[in-house]
This record gives sequence, structure tokens and C-alpha cells, in this order.
Amino acid sequence: MADEIRLEGVWKFYGDYAALRDVSLTINAGACCALLGRNGAGKTTLLRILAGLSPFQRGEIRLFREKPRSEEARRRTGFLGHGIGVYEDLSARENLLFFARIAGAGNAEDTSARWLARVGLEKVAQMPVRQFSRGMRQRLALARTFLHNPRLLLLDEPFTSLDDRAIAMLSELLEEARRSGATIILSTHQLREALSIASHVALVENGRLRYSGERTAEMLDDPAYLYRLYTELGAA
Amino acid sequence: MNTLRQAWLIARKDLALELRTKESLNAAGAFAIAILLLFSFALDVNSAETREFAGGLLWLVFAFAGALVFNRGFARELPNECLDALLSSSLSAPSLLIGKAISNFVTLLAVEIVSLFVFGIFYNIRWWLQPGLLILFFVLTTWGIAVLGGVFGALTVNLRLRELMLPVIIYPLLIPLLIAAIELTNALFTNQPISESQWLWGRVLVVFDVVFTALALLLAETILVN
Repeated sequence: MADEIRLEGVWKFYGDYAALRDVSLTINAGACCALLGRNGAGKTTLLRILAGLSPFQRGEIRLFREKPRSEEARRRTGFLGHGIGVYEDLSARENLLFFARIAGAGNAEDTSARWLARVGLEKVAQMPVRQFSRGMRQRLALARTFLHNPRLLLLDEPFTSLDDRAIAMLSELLEEARRSGATIILSTHQLREALSIASHVALVENGRLRYSGERTAEMLDDPAYLYRLYTELGAA
Repeated sequence: MNTLRQAWLIARKDLALELRTKESLNAAGAFAIAILLLFSFALDVNSAETREFAGGLLWLVFAFAGALVFNRGFARELPNECLDALLSSSLSAPSLLIGKAISNFVTLLAVEIVSLFVFGIFYNIRWWLQPGLLILFFVLTTWGIAVLGGVFGALTVNLRLRELMLPVIIYPLLIPLLIAAIELTNALFTNQPISESQWLWGRVLVVFDVVFTALALLLAETILVN
């Protein structure tokens, strides 16, 4: 399949420490892959490399046949990391207008207005972000990530510290993105939310990919199943 | 064309933030005016010697004030990991660097204009006698300082001691630019025509600007991502 994410033998070093070790993974277009693993396993490193934010030392990565830092790959990607990626001293509207213009959106005014309404921030559109509550900031970050209709979504623990409303909104946005054929890779500790929307699962442990495959009914029934399986295998 | 359009978006956003917070303008403006004011008391402003090195004093003050501006340039992108949001978007790295240089340029030029009036009053120097050349030399020198500040602001943004490191790195590199600016500005302040040999310094300004702008464009991806 042409439109896919492909990693082959990827190694990433921080000094002498190998944060990723020989990671090979293929994700088909339209799939939603939940990237699981404990803290420090290498999930964030992997997502940052895919987003073109961090160089890797060995291996090859192709996003839609392009290198991660290519303009085409970045144009088709939406990345939400640990930070919300918006400016505190600009208003919600100014932030979305700025990112819509950077993304080259046809009508930036319309796009930003539509997304402000979509995430329920239209009444506070002129307010500087520094006056926003945590939940409002998270919703603005979601709008910033989704506003250019990315074909690949890279989300680093997107459910963390979201309020109920924002969790529902994110689940809805992800479902919509999936229906429109976007590929989603998300790292998370919130297994139940992630597995309910994931079509695939990848488990990372100490920088190595321990498992990748389709999300099964067993995983959905018992979200900790995969962790237990590989912890037991590792111990054995 | 797209690079310029995106660079303008970055510069416009930074200038909007600067107008709202006035972090760099207040710090650099207050610093420049305070130093000029203090030296006006320390020196005999009516002596011929003072007039001869007035240009040097002015450009040193602007170079030091510039460091206060450049330190904020990329540091502004750190809260909420805005730099990651920009670098993972379709924005090109050269656009980001040139956009930062443009906002540095406008901010520093604003500080320079205000300082020039203070300078004229306290040093009794008629700096406006050759306005065309004054604008040309100020624009060329300020762009050189701004683009170097942009490049090294990006390089030092993730360093713990960036406020200390940035001046240490950029001042030695600014020496040829500052010497050229001082030579030319001194001639303007004493209302002498620019001689053939002094035009050589004008060429230094142009070469410096071209070289460092080209380096910024070529190395932006390496500087910002690697």
C-alpha cells in the first residue's frame, strides 16, 4: 500500500544510550495505532522522530513515501506533544489564524472560526490564552492540531489531564479522522480510551518494539492483557 | 516566495507579541538610554574627541541592547512547546530563522531610533545632516546584527545559560560589522563626505549581511532540528 508509515531498523541514541533499538514497524493508511509502553520506553522519542523533530542515527523512515522532515510529510501531519503549542499572549482566534496561515489554509479566517466553534471556544475567541482554564487550553490545542485536516495524526498522550468534555471531543475528532481515512498514531497510558478507538497496537519496551499487530477483542476486554503478556514473557 | 510569506507570518506574530508584552522593547530601550545618559555625564560631550568616538559608543550600546532583544526571540517559543508546533508544521526552517531576524531587526531599529534622539540631545550631535546615508548604514548594520542574533538565538535556545552564552558567541563575530558601522557613522556625525576608502567599509556591511543571511538560509534546518 502506498500511503503508509514505514520504519525500518530505526536506532536513536542520546549519547551512548540507545533510546530506540532497531525499531521496524509498518502502519497502513487509515489505521489507528496505539503506542503502548511504560514511562521511558521510547514512545515519545518515536513520535518526535516521526514528526521530524528529532534526528535518528540509523535506519529508514518513510511517511507517505517521504522523509519525515520533507515539506510534504509535514504538511500532511498534525502533531500534538506534551505542550499545547499555542501562545499565551495571543487570543484563541489569533493562535488559530496564525497556525492556519502557516499551514497555508485557503481561507484562514473561516478555518479558524469553524474550529473555534467546533471546540466550543467561540465565545472566548478574543480572550488571551493565559486566561484560559486547563480544559480550554487542551481544546484549543486540539483545534490547532486538526485544523489543516492532516492525513497523519501523531498524538503524544493526548488523553492525559483532559476533562470529560475534552475526552469526548477528542474521541469524536479521532473517530471522524479515522472515517475520513487519516492515519493515527497515539501514545497513551489511558488504555481503555486508546484501545476503544485503536485498530492496531504497538508495545515498546526499553526502546525495542515488543509487539505490533491488530488490536484483538481480548485486549479490549482486558486492557492490561498485553502488558501482562509481555511482562510475563520477559520474566520467563 | 513561500519562504518569504511564512517568514513574514513569523515576524508579524513576534511583533504582535512584542507590542503586547514589550519585554524586549522595555529592557533594550531602558538599557540603551541609561548607558547613553551615564556616558554623557562621564565624558565631555562638547570636545572634539568625544565626537570622534561617538559613533563607536552608539554602536556598542546597540550591540549590547541587541543581545537583550535576541535572547527573547527564540525563548518566546519555549513555553507550551510552541517551537515543536512550528517545526512539525509545514513552516520551513529558513522561514522561521528569517522571520525571527525580521522581528529582531524591527525591534532593534525601534530602540535605535529612540536612542538616536536621546543621543542627539545629550551629546549635542547633529546626526540628521546626511539622512539618506544614515538610514542606509543603520539598516545594513542593524540587519547584520539581527540576522546573526537570529542564528545564534536559535543555536542557544535550549542551553541553560543562553542569556550568557549568546553575547559571548555573537560579539566576536560582530567585530567587522561594528568596525565598519563605527567608521561610517563617525564620518556622518562629523558631517564629512564619505571618502573612497571609507566606502570600503560600506562594502564590508553589504558582504557581512549577504554572507550571514545566506548562512542562515542554508544552515537553518541543521541549526533548528539537529
